[in-house]
Amino acid sequence: MFLRRKPAPPPAAGDVDASTAPSARLDIRGVSRRYGRTLALDDVSLSLSPGEILAVLGDSGCGKSTLLRLVAGLDTPDAGEIRIDGRRVAGSGVAEPPETRGIGLMFQDYALFPHLTVLANVRFGLSHLPGAQARAVARERLAEVGLAGREASYPATLSGGEAQRIALARALAPRPRMLLLDEPFSNLDAGTRERVRADTLAVLRQDGISAILVTHDAAEAVEFADRIALMRKGRLIQCDTAETLYRSPVSPFAARALGDVVTVAGLASGGRLTTPLGTVALPTSAPEGSVQVCLRPEAIRIVPRGEGVPGRVLRRSFAGASTRIDIEVAGLDAPLRLAAPADDRVDERIELGLLEGGILVFPRSEPT
Amino acid sequence: MTPARGLLYAAAAVLAVILLAPVVSLAVAAADGSGELWPHLAAYVLPQAIRETGLLLGGVGILVIGLGTGTAWLVSAFTFPGRRLLDAALLLPLAVPTYVVAYAYLDLMHPLGPVQSGLRALLGLSSPRDLSFPDLRSLPGCVLLLGFVLYPYVYLPTRALFLMRAGTLLEAARMLGAGPARTFFRVALPLARPAIALGTGLALMEALNDVGAAEFLGVRTLTVQVYATWVNRSDLPGAAQIALVMLAGVVGLVALERLARGKRGYAGSGHRDRPTARRALSGWRAGLALALGLTPVLLGFGLPAGYLAWAAWRRLRGMGLPETLAAQTLNTLLYAGAATLVTVAVGVLVAAAPHLLGRRSGSALIRAAGLGYAMPGTVLAVGLLAPLALLDTGLNNLAGAGLGWAPAVGLGTGAALVVAYTLRFLTISVGATEAGLARIPSTLPDAARMLGRGRFGTLLAVQVPLAWPAILSGALLAFVDMAKELPVTLLLRPLNVETLSTHLYGEAARGTYEDGAASALLIVMTGLIPVALLLRLDRGAGRQPSRPGA
Repeated sequence: MFLRRKPAPPPAAGDVDASTAPSARLDIRGVSRRYGRTLALDDVSLSLSPGEILAVLGDSGCGKSTLLRLVAGLDTPDAGEIRIDGRRVAGSGVAEPPETRGIGLMFQDYALFPHLTVLANVRFGLSHLPGAQARAVARERLAEVGLAGREASYPATLSGGEAQRIALARALAPRPRMLLLDEPFSNLDAGTRERVRADTLAVLRQDGISAILVTHDAAEAVEFADRIALMRKGRLIQCDTAETLYRSPVSPFAARALGDVVTVAGLASGGRLTTPLGTVALPTSAPEGSVQVCLRPEAIRIVPRGEGVPGRVLRRSFAGASTRIDIEVAGLDAPLRLAAPADDRVDERIELGLLEGGILVFPRSEPT
Repeated sequence: MTPARGLLYAAAAVLAVILLAPVVSLAVAAADGSGELWPHLAAYVLPQAIRETGLLLGGVGILVIGLGTGTAWLVSAFTFPGRRLLDAALLLPLAVPTYVVAYAYLDLMHPLGPVQSGLRALLGLSSPRDLSFPDLRSLPGCVLLLGFVLYPYVYLPTRALFLMRAGTLLEAARMLGAGPARTFFRVALPLARPAIALGTGLALMEALNDVGAAEFLGVRTLTVQVYATWVNRSDLPGAAQIALVMLAGVVGLVALERLARGKRGYAGSGHRDRPTARRALSGWRAGLALALGLTPVLLGFGLPAGYLAWAAWRRLRGMGLPETLAAQTLNTLLYAGAATLVTVAVGVLVAAAPHLLGRRSGSALIRAAGLGYAMPGTVLAVGLLAPLALLDTGLNNLAGAGLGWAPAVGLGTGAALVVAYTLRFLTISVGATEAGLARIPSTLPDAARMLGRGRFGTLLAVQVPLAWPAILSGALLAFVDMAKELPVTLLLRPLNVETLSTHLYGEAARGTYEDGAASALLIVMTGLIPVALLLRLDRGAGRQPSRPGA
């Protein structure tokens, strides 16, 4: 834990006017960006309330980094507009440069200036302050991230975790009203990552800064953000809280984003859903007819003989507290993988049934 | 647009005008110049000058292709004792400007010089008339001299290509049963065609630029005619007309180079996968290879440089340092140094133009900055005369209108020389800075922008400091080229100012060779600086660690 900060003092009089309130509101409306023949962003609309933390989740090439660069002002949209606190910063001929937007950005590679010391890096964004004051603010920020002793070091001598914390201190030193984070944890090893992530989140929460985290790691998005914007091929698929995204995804793709699913074909009619794994009551608001069914692992259970659909266990593998079993079921394209308690004795021939809940039904036409 | 950005655009526009001025003024001068001169030029001067220039370029082209490709193949495909040394030594002739090598050889091969005297002593002859020795002062002599000095322009890219790309392909050819000769002619040579074309193009540009060697050896090339038309006949329109013909020649050379390069791009920045497995030579074959490889080094560098050192030493022992040497050195340092400062400042701005002004206008400016380098020195100088005179008159009128003093920018002061040097060698600084900027991860300038710095502030605070080594090496290269420069210096230097190169030219013109040896030696030593730099870069590239995967 590197957070060693006293509660933020109330801003000094004259230091802060209305537009430098601690955090900003962001509105993105119908933004598109094309690079040559690829449409990197296709008509994306998003909003961020003051103090909210949003994760943009997607695979590489889905447009999430492009979105971040457009908000930062490092790139300009071909269509649509971006507003910060209602002020248009991009779109309709406006292209406010990044240096006047009051936004901070943490880069994936941290982008620490190799020719400057740690202290000079942190005070880089404080050039509007007199020298002594800038130094004092930078020192304070360094102390907050627990690196007060490294002021005179050069970035090349820092560990990954240290470099990440310096980058955070540097991005926050000018008191930006919004922080953008471009996969800032992906270059850290697993143990450091968890700790640094939690500490970064704590700093953001304490300052109440709006933030957008770009990531391809679903667990990171769930842990970090109030809401998750799921992107694919330049389009925004769904933007909701993690729970809503998990329970009510808009498509099979969205269903897979936050957890494993088994996708099977099914038939919905008369309030019943028939699948190769059994028949259950059709969830309300589900489509009728020939459908795609996504089953969360917790919806599938092993039932006593004679009560379910027969399956054959192909393989058992040790997975710590549980045993992972691969089961072949007639009517399924691929074997099903389930977790069973480690001490459960599982026969080669078992029967499976469905539980209500964790069953997601989509029209057949919905692209997987 | 912010005022600062408007200022940047205005500065870029002014710079573009300056960069284009020589070409435009040449066209204007030649077009409205003297109609009565053209028939004379067309009838008596141009045909012969074009013929001599064409023969010279053709001969030099054949020689540099043969020497450059042959030596590159020798050090890439074979290994023998002394190969690594030869690899480096083959670059040495780059240090010797063409006029210096001509100067040295004229003295060396003079009927009363060391070579012919030695031969006569060996043969027991007493009079120079008894030994008929082919005269160096001829077109073939000029071709030979230029060829042996300029072949490294072909050697360098061709060898790089052999080292970079040829390894596996050459091995494949050998596995398919091709012998060394067949491998060379069927695989290596076609493979190296783009590199050979590039190098030959550069060498021929140098040959076209040369004024000293051709003049000393009595070859009336276009360059020599431009110089003579202006200096001896004070005929600027005539010089401009010949210069335009030369410019057409340059365009032709570039087109020819593109054509010869073909569709195959020259992969200049590829990774060197692994060294070519070289065929080991031993015994007499190794000796022959080394001797073959050392011949151009000896003729293009060892002999002239050694002779200059010896002559300078003899002069020093006999009469002490030539009293004018210090002044010439100082002048050389002064003009080249001032022009280097301007070149680096302008070069950094031009190289950063894509960042400052946007990609399209930025790269247009970068291309315009290359114009001066493409023009032979005499052509550039003639092209600059009219704009400089215009500026001079303009400022004088302005002064007359109330300033009370006349600012001197034109030909009387060194300012003209500084401007000309800058235009001619700007692209060296631009290229080096561009390379330096390109190596900076793009997130660093982005980070500076996010921390509140504008484009220009980012350039000063982040990009320039990080690209500083590259900027410095570009400055050094530009400085050395300026210090060695002859044609522009001859035409634009202030009255009574002698630099090392113009002094040498004067001594050679007067036939008083021994007095110029010290100047020539200093020039060669200056020329060794970029060769050393090149060698260090080259050695460094071999063991550069691969970048961690992004």
